[in-house]
Amino acid sequence: MKSFLFPEFQVIRDQERCNQCRGCERQCSFGTHIFDEKTGEMVSEEAKCAGCQRCVIFCPNDALVIKPTLSSYRPNANWSREKLEDLKRQAETGGVILTGCGTDKPFRIYWDHIVLNASQVTNPSIDPLREPMELRTFLGSKPDFLKVKTDGDVELDTQIGPNVVIESPILFSAMSYGAISYNAFKSLATASKQFGTLFNTGEGGLPRELRAEFGGNAIVQVASGRYGIDAEYLNCAAAVEIKVGQGAKPGIGGHLPGEKVSQSVAETRMIPVGTDAISPAPHHDIYSIEDLSMLIHALKEATNYEKPVSVKIAAVHNFAAIASGIVRAGADIIAIDGLRGGTGAAPKVIRDNVGIPIELAISALDRRLKNEGIRNRCSIVSAGGFRSSSDIIKAIALGADAVYIGTAALIAMGCTLCQKCNTGKCNWGLCTQDPRLSGRLNTEIATHRLTNLLNAWSHEIMEMLGGMGINAIESLRGNRDHLRGIGLYEWELEVLGIKGAGE
Amino acid sequence: METVVIDATGIPTKELNERLRAFMLNGAERFVLKNICGQRYIGTRLFSKNGTKRKLDIDITGTPGSDLGAFMSGHHVRVHGNVQDGVGNTMDDGEIIVEGRAGDVLGMSMRGGKIFIRDNTGYRTALHMKEYLDKKPVLVIGGTSQDFLGEYMAGGIVIILGLGDKPHTQTFIGTGMHGGVIYIRGKVDKLQVAGQVEISEPKVEDREVLDKFVGEFVDHFPDLGLSKEGILKGEFIRLAPKSKRPYAKIYA
Repeated sequence: MKSFLFPEFQVIRDQERCNQCRGCERQCSFGTHIFDEKTGEMVSEEAKCAGCQRCVIFCPNDALVIKPTLSSYRPNANWSREKLEDLKRQAETGGVILTGCGTDKPFRIYWDHIVLNASQVTNPSIDPLREPMELRTFLGSKPDFLKVKTDGDVELDTQIGPNVVIESPILFSAMSYGAISYNAFKSLATASKQFGTLFNTGEGGLPRELRAEFGGNAIVQVASGRYGIDAEYLNCAAAVEIKVGQGAKPGIGGHLPGEKVSQSVAETRMIPVGTDAISPAPHHDIYSIEDLSMLIHALKEATNYEKPVSVKIAAVHNFAAIASGIVRAGADIIAIDGLRGGTGAAPKVIRDNVGIPIELAISALDRRLKNEGIRNRCSIVSAGGFRSSSDIIKAIALGADAVYIGTAALIAMGCTLCQKCNTGKCNWGLCTQDPRLSGRLNTEIATHRLTNLLNAWSHEIMEMLGGMGINAIESLRGNRDHLRGIGLYEWELEVLGIKGAGE
Repeated sequence: METVVIDATGIPTKELNERLRAFMLNGAERFVLKNICGQRYIGTRLFSKNGTKRKLDIDITGTPGSDLGAFMSGHHVRVHGNVQDGVGNTMDDGEIIVEGRAGDVLGMSMRGGKIFIRDNTGYRTALHMKEYLDKKPVLVIGGTSQDFLGEYMAGGIVIILGLGDKPHTQTFIGTGMHGGVIYIRGKVDKLQVAGQVEISEPKVEDREVLDKFVGEFVDHFPDLGLSKEGILKGEFIRLAPKSKRPYAKIYA
């Protein structure tokens, strides 16, 4: 069937600069650039271009420009080009449209409507270059009160549940080996270890050879497909996470397509090569809070009560009541993933229409748990589209203990958000199992880029904290007085629990 | 062989499993647990990081609570009585023998080891069971199961013997199945089985599998007074997925 879609991108080649080196041809896994043997010139098949910019960046002569096509249908505010083309694609295939990365729709980004405070004259600001500044964060359940033995030596009498320590309130989100390449996965693991934070295995298992070295920095996931799980996997980790939902696709499961289940992915997930790895939408042993409690405690038993257990859910309507149940079910950490969270593959219609923004979710959750007097029983790790250190510090002031970064980490390693993760053809070697492509990602360089990002953001967080006259991130947690809203409706300020600027 | 006998009357789950673990670390190899009444996760905590891959023998009288043998790595459990839900949940290796019936989600996501249930089982038996190379879970059920047998099943072997010759009335068998095999002794209507599943007669190699595990089943339950040959004489059907990729064509 002739496709009625026109190319998304235009490939503009400066023929004077191009010396037909065929570098772009080698770089592009989508087959956009072809060398025409007859004319001895490079030609482009624009329909194949994903707009990932790999060829542009690696062109030795800067001969290429890739930009959104100038072709346009008659402008129509109702029938946008995207709506029109998605419909055409479905008319041509009869299928569900899959996509990657977080939603690109213009939902309000509350971070851009919240401003931070700073000290002036009284409560002087602190210079983090000269004074100690504490970003260290402990994730896990905290006791209701502390009992101290005072006869003789002062000793703690209260038993404290397992907590994990991270040097800065930034963790890497769940990205499974299978969704991302081995090199990308290993780079996240190495950077976590070097910096002193945690990465998350997702539901793809943890390759055996990485367990001894990186297990101590891993949050291992137990999701509805239960892939790659054995007692050693659970016990080598810093924490265990039950994945119930994901911000990019709340309420649905996942399919790792058979073509991505290579020998090594199969070994790590412990399934035959080439089968679809299907993660059902729900955990079929969890149909209630009581059932969830049973799995939480099964995992605590399996790890001898030595590791905090996290439960990850997507932020949806009324999720705070569910989260309260999750805390009461025994979770030590609640990971909450917002509307803008990323994914390796999700139906576009779900990604762009289901869930609520993380800013509102953090505030609603923190307030709910405080009102019920159980906020101390769990840490809140929030996720879903954090773009900068200022987003992170605002999240903490709204009540989060720490944040997961996924998209940001991928961007640090080279991702340009072309949203073709689901094709497995990532030219940047990130979301692919093709050895030719994944080999492009140098783990040493990628690790370095990741630790650079963590260091830079941590430093910026210290600067902002110091400016507010605060010397420990603990003191900012849920401290909404340091936030003000701009350009927000009354109800939005109310949900966020912040005042308007100038108030 | 050092045997530890525990009267579990009134001992809460966590404390019981703590004791079992302490005994295991001290070298115990056989446990006899008496008066078990609802204690969960028995066998789950018996994993030692320091690589002791010893297989313990756990003999249980009473009714263990849910998640018996969840995440279990290689022990041998025999229950003189019924069991509740979630038995063998994500079990890695080992053997569970139940002289009675089992509740729901039996052997969910089980990826190794064997489970033998003398009587019937509940809903969603063998849900998302999976296999990898030589790790192939086996589940043999003397009676029959409820609905959603083998849902999302991705690997392993399930054998439903239908002893007592009651009809198999469960529906939605093998919904989303994309690996493994189910053998059922007796009749099942096509309408009870999901569209992704192919119904066929067992071939020679299937007969070998049945011979082996039905033999083990009979050996585990001598009180039934049944012979392997007698059971195998009955008619079996074989259920296997039509495709390893049931959802390959739903995307644009």
